[in-house]
Amino acid sequence: MNLAILNGKKAYSTDPSRPACREYERSRAASSIYLRISLLIVGCMERGYCLGIESTADDFGVGIMSFQGEPLANIVSSYMPEKGGIHPREAARHHAMIAGKVLAEALRKASVKPSDLTIVAFSQGPGMGPCLRTGATAARALASYLNVPLIGVNHLIAHIEIGKLMTNARDPVTLFVSGGNTIVSAFEAGRYRIFGETLDIAVGNCIDIFAREAGLRPEEGFPVAAKVMKLARKGRKLVPLPYVVKGMDLSFSGLLTAATQLVRDRRCSLEDMCFSLQEYVFSMLTEVTERALAHTEKPEVLLTGGVAANERLQSMLKVMAEDHGAKFGVVPKAFSMDNGAMIAWTGILCYKHNLTIPIEKSFVKPKWRLDDVQALWVGD
Amino acid sequence: MLIKKGAEASLYFEEWQNRKVILKKRLPKRYRLPELDREIQAQRTRHEPQIIHRAKEAGVSTPIVFMVDTAESTIVMEFVEGKQVKQVLSDLPSDKRLDLCRYIGKLIGRLHSDGIIHGDLTTSNMILTPQGKVVFIDFGLSEQTKELEARGVDLHLMKRALDSTHFSHAVDCFEAIMNGYEEIRGRKAVKEVLAKIKEIEKRGRYVSER
Repeated sequence: MNLAILNGKKAYSTDPSRPACREYERSRAASSIYLRISLLIVGCMERGYCLGIESTADDFGVGIMSFQGEPLANIVSSYMPEKGGIHPREAARHHAMIAGKVLAEALRKASVKPSDLTIVAFSQGPGMGPCLRTGATAARALASYLNVPLIGVNHLIAHIEIGKLMTNARDPVTLFVSGGNTIVSAFEAGRYRIFGETLDIAVGNCIDIFAREAGLRPEEGFPVAAKVMKLARKGRKLVPLPYVVKGMDLSFSGLLTAATQLVRDRRCSLEDMCFSLQEYVFSMLTEVTERALAHTEKPEVLLTGGVAANERLQSMLKVMAEDHGAKFGVVPKAFSMDNGAMIAWTGILCYKHNLTIPIEKSFVKPKWRLDDVQALWVGD
Repeated sequence: MLIKKGAEASLYFEEWQNRKVILKKRLPKRYRLPELDREIQAQRTRHEPQIIHRAKEAGVSTPIVFMVDTAESTIVMEFVEGKQVKQVLSDLPSDKRLDLCRYIGKLIGRLHSDGIIHGDLTTSNMILTPQGKVVFIDFGLSEQTKELEARGVDLHLMKRALDSTHFSHAVDCFEAIMNGYEEIRGRKAVKEVLAKIKEIEKRGRYVSER
């Protein structure tokens, strides 16, 4: 990492009271009562900024949040494999190469000097070891150079916390769906509990592998899952597939095998299979989310993660939430995919409870579970 | 009178032929494609009373089924007086709580011995009657199989339900359940299924030892 960029004496605007993204937050949610209350609470604290580094998988992201919950910058650079899925070592190499550039861009976008940063947060896990270590190294270097506290953030919690902030949800049932995760979670007695999760592969992984097996290729800014969604719009015929729901848990591996074979043997059109795959998979996801909602009787449903961008999944969950009289919120794409802003925001929440870690204890935790963390800040 | 709007179905408390009954109606899920929804609902409506009956043969109390209507996705069954185990478990004195769990474990053991997998073993799906009997309800996700895998998943769900709903007593309660289970199924079966549960847990994402 190029530490020269951290020398804030010359390059950056010096007025932190006029951050670049202020209009964003003002137009979105400034009128909401909840935000006002949370501003009031946080407002009692010192002013400050947190820089968050996300590097659990193929995305390297740097976000800067003010303690008041304003996203000042949220820059992400994605590793694009030439073929196949994510190779952890290659992804880590990508992260190491662009880390300095992304950090510099985030600071410039936020008009924040490195010396203005109050804390540095990084995604400590769960995720791919080599990728996590790259982000952690950058965070440790930055924190020790600036002599500010370091905070290790649970990536899964970060998704939920930024989602709550962006949609003004207070106590939602969260469906977190991405290439690496499929989790239904809600807060109960001090922790984000896992009510349902996949018993084998993640839903995004299922869709991605199917797409690659079916010969679809990703393009810049247009991942294979988006291609599946587009093809699905042209599908008409529902092809029977395994529908596997066990209580609130799910299984996608059998469905993936069936779908892949049917397309490979040309027993149905690709359009019909994309359509059927989405209908089955998203119906299963909506069903388990509904079960968790009925079980916990929470007032809100929150959808986040990379797969949250899918319109069909959004519409299913919205209808389901309506039928239960619950509010439904989708996290905006920039904050639902892996990003640094969510790490920064969760870092701020942790900092309020002194959940900082000394550098020598900041090992990454590739298999860190969501329900291992005591979420002390919830209910503040 | 609507008494519970669940994830799967709505439960109505009704008078039917001079009896107090529960009318379980699976409502069409608007979020699902109608043809997919019809198939899933009809299959589950047909299936549930069959397994409810099989459970009785296994020696586990379940509601009496009076009527089944697949076209309307409706089942009419006995209203079981009592409280959900979920409501009482945490408030019971510790010895009573463990007794209840051991009893529940025996019932699960009986189901499994007859190849019945409940599929949604949570404390909200068990009714404790004033006479102290436990009646299992909601067999909507149940299946019949002799596979160890299925028994493992079933008990894994029970464990998870205890963890998320009765966290402070979860470990003791699950242990008591397995003690009861052992009374019916024997030492060897318990060892097998516990190993299976461990394996299933490890399959989950982000488990420290995998």
